[in-house]
Amino acid sequence: MATVERVLGKSIKRREDPRFITGKGNYVDDVKLPGATWAAFVRSPHASARIRNIDTSKAKQHPGVVAVFTGSDMTGVNSLPCGWDLRKEKKIPGVVQDLAMVPHMPLSSDAARHVGDPVAVVIADSHEAAADAAEKVVVDWDVQKAVTDTERTMAAGAPQVHAGAPGNIAFKWELGDAAATDAAIKGAAVTVKKRIINQRLVANAMEPRACAARYDDATGELTLWVTSQNPHVHRLLMCAFVLGIPEHKVRVIAPDVGGGFGSKVFLYNEEVVCSWASRQLKRAVRWTATRQEAYLTDAQGRDHVTDAEMAMSRDGKILGLRVKTTANLGAYLSTFAPAIPTFLYGTLLNGVYTIGAIHVSVTGVFSNTTAVDAYRGAGRPEAAYVLERMVEAAAAALKMDVAEVRRKNFIPKFSGAFQTHVAVVYDSGDYGAAFDKCLQIVDYKKFRADQEAARKQGKLLGIGFSTYIEACSIAPSKLVGALGAGAGLYESGKVRVHPTGMVTVYTGSHSHGQGHETTFSQLVADELGIPMEQVEIVHGDTGAVPFGMGTYGSRSGSVGGTAIYMSLAKIKEKGKKIAAHLLEASPNDIEFANGQFQVKGAPGKAVPFGAVSLTAYVPHNYPDGLEPGLEETSFYDPSNFCFPFGAHACVVEVDRDTGQVKIVRYVAVDDVGNVMNPMIVDGMVHGGIAQGVGQALCEGAAYDDSSGQLITGTMMDYAMPKADMLPLYETDRTVTPTPVNPLGVKGAGETGTIAATPAVVNAVVDALSPLGIDHIEAMPLSGERVWKIIQGAKR
Amino acid sequence: MKLPAKMTINGQSYSHDVEPRLLLVHYIRETVGLTGTHVGCDTSQCGACTVLIGGQAVKSCTMFAVQADGANITTIEGLAKNGELHPIQQGFWEKHGLQCGFCTPGMIMAAHQMLERYPKPSEDLIRHQLEGNLCRCTGYHNIVKAIQWAAENMPAKK
Repeated sequence: MATVERVLGKSIKRREDPRFITGKGNYVDDVKLPGATWAAFVRSPHASARIRNIDTSKAKQHPGVVAVFTGSDMTGVNSLPCGWDLRKEKKIPGVVQDLAMVPHMPLSSDAARHVGDPVAVVIADSHEAAADAAEKVVVDWDVQKAVTDTERTMAAGAPQVHAGAPGNIAFKWELGDAAATDAAIKGAAVTVKKRIINQRLVANAMEPRACAARYDDATGELTLWVTSQNPHVHRLLMCAFVLGIPEHKVRVIAPDVGGGFGSKVFLYNEEVVCSWASRQLKRAVRWTATRQEAYLTDAQGRDHVTDAEMAMSRDGKILGLRVKTTANLGAYLSTFAPAIPTFLYGTLLNGVYTIGAIHVSVTGVFSNTTAVDAYRGAGRPEAAYVLERMVEAAAAALKMDVAEVRRKNFIPKFSGAFQTHVAVVYDSGDYGAAFDKCLQIVDYKKFRADQEAARKQGKLLGIGFSTYIEACSIAPSKLVGALGAGAGLYESGKVRVHPTGMVTVYTGSHSHGQGHETTFSQLVADELGIPMEQVEIVHGDTGAVPFGMGTYGSRSGSVGGTAIYMSLAKIKEKGKKIAAHLLEASPNDIEFANGQFQVKGAPGKAVPFGAVSLTAYVPHNYPDGLEPGLEETSFYDPSNFCFPFGAHACVVEVDRDTGQVKIVRYVAVDDVGNVMNPMIVDGMVHGGIAQGVGQALCEGAAYDDSSGQLITGTMMDYAMPKADMLPLYETDRTVTPTPVNPLGVKGAGETGTIAATPAVVNAVVDALSPLGIDHIEAMPLSGERVWKIIQGAKR
Repeated sequence: MKLPAKMTINGQSYSHDVEPRLLLVHYIRETVGLTGTHVGCDTSQCGACTVLIGGQAVKSCTMFAVQADGANITTIEGLAKNGELHPIQQGFWEKHGLQCGFCTPGMIMAAHQMLERYPKPSEDLIRHQLEGNLCRCTGYHNIVKAIQWAAENMPAKK
């Protein structure tokens, strides 16, 4: 038979694209539900205010209004859960002060703790009626002083966000060897100490969050369409923790989802309220966020203030690193909030270097701001930024070349295990090779010569590097359980072979731009030797997929893909038994190759895949004792994280008169292990870089610390990166497969975001170094900020 | 009080009495039911709602439906003809110019007018012309490539 061309590892055009480029995508707000009601939320205009009374009487009389609910109506409904515990009694490593598990009610009854905190919901026949009636809900606010600034939360006399969190402390946590680090710093020839502020960001997925809940009174079933990266997690948290409704009577569907970047992982107030209200009213209830609501309520990212100290030997070896970070968690504990500035941050501070000793201590604080949780990279960009900024600052202090300092400290090439000082064990790496390739592409020697010439002409030209590492393929369940996770982090993959040989795959991973329908089809097509057209990928529906932990932490290929791969292996194993019977051979003598089951060494004695699948469902001539059907399910729980790495270089020119930073070149050499579709991986890297550049140059959520208002509350005020501020990126790769999973893939979703921010900031610092600048404390490096730095340096 | 609005969308006539405050984008999505045109912001920054009105790229959140009375509108659903993709649509597919797909209809409609005006745009010009359209997934790299591909593959004007 004809061999089907292998497709895995090739840049196959995406199968999902035809529907998106013709306007036939099906996002939550596109789902048509005749007779549905609309929800409009009444939100706090104050950052901190007690609720004296809520008068809903006028709103209830508004034409078209079906119901108005406040928190006191939602009896029996519990707090939104925080899925990560940090308590000493649970033996979570590194806990210095227990996590304050403060309540987070779907509609707050006692007080509002950030601008946008929902306190009531109006449900009406139309969107317009709901919005109009929401204006008629009168809340008697007792306005309190607010605190939004990360450091000021802990100041004496600062307003208290929660009674259950004295001093606004959410937790205190540490990792590493404090004594060894202190000793290294004390004894070092050179130490460098810097303050590093990683500002708050807004995820800004282009599709605002939305949900539509439909309760069917006849069956008692609730269907929730929701913008989710993990519909099963949404269902579990909502049923088991918040509403106490039977999980098997709830179906959660996350159809096409317009980007997530972490912000659509979490269980939010609105989804819970609409689901609850639909059950009360026995009608469909839907809600779609305005962009302003997205700014006020989507979980935000980053917001660290860090003091870091690095100890160096004269010849450029890193002897020690001490990091003290305050992490602003916002007003409430979002679903995975405590994990981000702890286990996804501290554990990455070893970077790609052999460091003498490391100690990190983190204090999580509450403030009157929107909750902070995972945003693309989640903890790892913050770690990479601290380390890569410190390495370049140390090089400046030693008057050494930044490439030379890195080379002196790289962990040598290895595969299997490298034990870091911060708990995690790396899987495989060849850090110097990626860096060398990056230097070669950017032509580093020539750049320094060009830079010298440019400086003589008064130009501010600079280069910055980032040799980053990240932890993804999240995550081994036992390990994360021991660290405080309330969930396992395996993935499921079910493969159903139909009688005709067509294949449907049900994956617990969720695609919201990642292209799973293409990459997973490539994997299945290659493994079964069938054309991709015979494969359908189903995701995002708890009614179809056995279970799923979803997509975040660059886990879909490595964890979700491996689960599918395991099921494919089981399919082939069963197929061998069926084929052996048909060929009158022993199953041990059957191999699967080129889309057929054949007798080893005798390709002429073979049965095609389609004949085996048909036989499985028409089992007339069939092995005794073998179940009919050809369908297998696997759950894959990884044995370790995977650790992609790479080297990025950014070349910038700074306008001396305006402070504007222009990116001249951007080179990315990433090592994400084996690559399933290079086109898709490149696309991921591009988008990640843009988000990292955005943080470095323009983005930042700004709160007014006296009123607590989010000043950057619209797309007019929050500076999203635009096409004209970004270059064409030069991407390349090295390939160091991971030994952790059989596919050898590590993960590619977050590398760009992690790598880009330090590369850009390092480049600007290098450009400004002739003015005596060796560090810039805060981002973004807007024209205004850089201009001020240049002016300050001139004096 | 409702006012009449009559317009042609993708060659089909529509006539409805609508609230004067109804935005054109909500008319297209909810009244007519063409959901390919998206809403990504409240302030006319994102461009996800871009449609063609008389050949001009217009953010359909910046107009009331009643203001479009008598207009000839093309949305993303009307771009492919007889099952054949428009070269811009094809370009976005060929060059991986989309990931989540949410900004894509607006990007394609904005590119449509761009290529009408500038049949062979430079990279800089494409980037400048896309200032009114935001994408969070692609970093714009492959959107630029997609529009370049379309420019090269557009049929010559008669």
